[in-house]
Amino acid sequence: MKKYITDSVISTLKEKARYLRIEVLRMLTDAGSGHTGGSLSAADIVTALYFYKMKHNPENPQWEERDRFILSKGHAAPILYAALAISGYFDRALLKTLRKLGSPLQGHPCSKMLAGVEISTGSLGQGLSISNGIALGLKLDGLPSRVYCLLGDGEIQEGQVWEAAMTSSHYRLDNLCAIIDNNGLQIDGHCCEVMHIEPIVNKWKAFGWHVMDIDGHDMKAIIEALNKADNVKGKPTMIVARTIKGKGVSIFEGKVQYHGVAPTQEELEIALKELKS
Amino acid sequence: MEKILENIKRKPTATRDAYGEALLALGRKRSDIVVLDADLSGSTKTGKFAKEFPDRFFNLGVAEQDMIGTAGGLALAGKLPFASTFAIFETGRAWEQIRQTICYSNLNVKLVATHSGITVGEDGASHQAIEDVALMRVLPNMTVIVPSDGNETKKAVEAIADYYGPVYVRLGRSKVPTVMPEDYKFNIGKAYTFHIGKDVNIIAMGIMVAISLEAAEILREKGIDAGVINMSTIKPIDTETIIRAAKSCKLIVTAEEHSIIGGLGGAVSEFLSEHYPILIKKIGIKDNFGCSGPSDELLKLYGLTPENIIKTVQNFLEENKKAGK
Repeated sequence: MKKYITDSVISTLKEKARYLRIEVLRMLTDAGSGHTGGSLSAADIVTALYFYKMKHNPENPQWEERDRFILSKGHAAPILYAALAISGYFDRALLKTLRKLGSPLQGHPCSKMLAGVEISTGSLGQGLSISNGIALGLKLDGLPSRVYCLLGDGEIQEGQVWEAAMTSSHYRLDNLCAIIDNNGLQIDGHCCEVMHIEPIVNKWKAFGWHVMDIDGHDMKAIIEALNKADNVKGKPTMIVARTIKGKGVSIFEGKVQYHGVAPTQEELEIALKELKS
Repeated sequence: MEKILENIKRKPTATRDAYGEALLALGRKRSDIVVLDADLSGSTKTGKFAKEFPDRFFNLGVAEQDMIGTAGGLALAGKLPFASTFAIFETGRAWEQIRQTICYSNLNVKLVATHSGITVGEDGASHQAIEDVALMRVLPNMTVIVPSDGNETKKAVEAIADYYGPVYVRLGRSKVPTVMPEDYKFNIGKAYTFHIGKDVNIIAMGIMVAISLEAAEILREKGIDAGVINMSTIKPIDTETIIRAAKSCKLIVTAEEHSIIGGLGGAVSEFLSEHYPILIKKIGIKDNFGCSGPSDELLKLYGLTPENIIKTVQNFLEENKKAGK
């Protein structure tokens, strides 16, 4: 069934993304720790995946026909948890248990503790290899499901990412769509200062990928790119999404220091005021 | 014992050859089996499977971390992956991927590595894994198996295919004698006792099982009752057999083609120190790297010989005599 991109579809998704951002900030403040900037920068992409693009069933997390989402940048767990909760994988009330002892909402996603998480991640650079393995398995079985893998930009400094990049194109994994949340920042500073990663687009093209370069906060551009990826044959697709770390809250936007720090109660109040207006 | 020693000289097989054949046989029976390699399929013998089932074989090239991650993904897609390369690269290069992707999510992936130990020979230290058992043993959810011969390898491959969870199997490069009886039934977690001795019990793994059997025979001729146990599962280790052996004798000797730190000797020591403290002498590589050379000369250089086992036992018994025990 074709999903037509109407203005109404876009505004519904934007609204959903705003709601997810609110949940992310609330759960991080409750937890007192966690990754604010990178969860917010990925919010629009994750919203587009869970509420528009991916085939999935919250009542049946193991549904054989589902599309797969691999959060290779595992520290953005809060945005994944928000998407799963709002989709209906578990009760929204669980979100305030993030990072607490005994909670299924571990600091980085744990597949053994939370249904809806395909694989545990957290150590950067491993998700693309895993995505390739799933994509290969799906092709062996002739299944049409697609695999989506979200990476960070600092993450692509890990060598394993490039091993996986070679594999994706060598095995012609056109059922794989990777996305880079390119917010330009990492822990020790700007990527260009710590360890330069540009030219990102050219690198992935050189590795044999079909590459799209988009504004990662333009919902229409995101879903157009995801749809285009469906029709790319014989090559995997990489969507380089230019984003802003901390997007949605002016006091967090573009700030290095909010990588792995949760909002204070005061910051949360400022943030909620902005997001609710 | 005599029959075993007769057999020892017969039918030497390389455990990696037994693996290649067993994997192919398994692949013919089960369509969910997929095999991965990192440019070493000629040496690891996964090439046999690759030839017959090219669609189910994935070469990742010289990229072991990617191989492990890809194996994890295939397991998530419902396949039963066997991933192989040399032991040092499998367990060393990709250790963190094994931990984070395979063990932490308890994926059903079988890591079968060849070319373990110093018998790798001329390639030298960079290729001689002497730490792999230690590296794998320390991981939660991991099962660690070290077959002693081709026969046991074949049976272990079949057994692990029916067992759910991460498994590491350590194989070698060279031909080794067949020590296990033809009708031997391999069970994960169960050691095989050739003989329990009253003076000493040698707990051995891998190639050191045959070497220990030779040593035990010579000790017997000298009037020393030496038992030999094949501890082919290092994790979960057969604690019942270890206790039985310890209670029966005065000295435990462990023997491994591995560092004396963290491997079989480490595992046995950890258990006995808590449950039945007894003197333990470890035969193994004494915290050194290997080096280039013909494998039989390397075995001598690193003391992985019947003679060294015999000397160790005799020295202990003499010291005991002097102390009036």
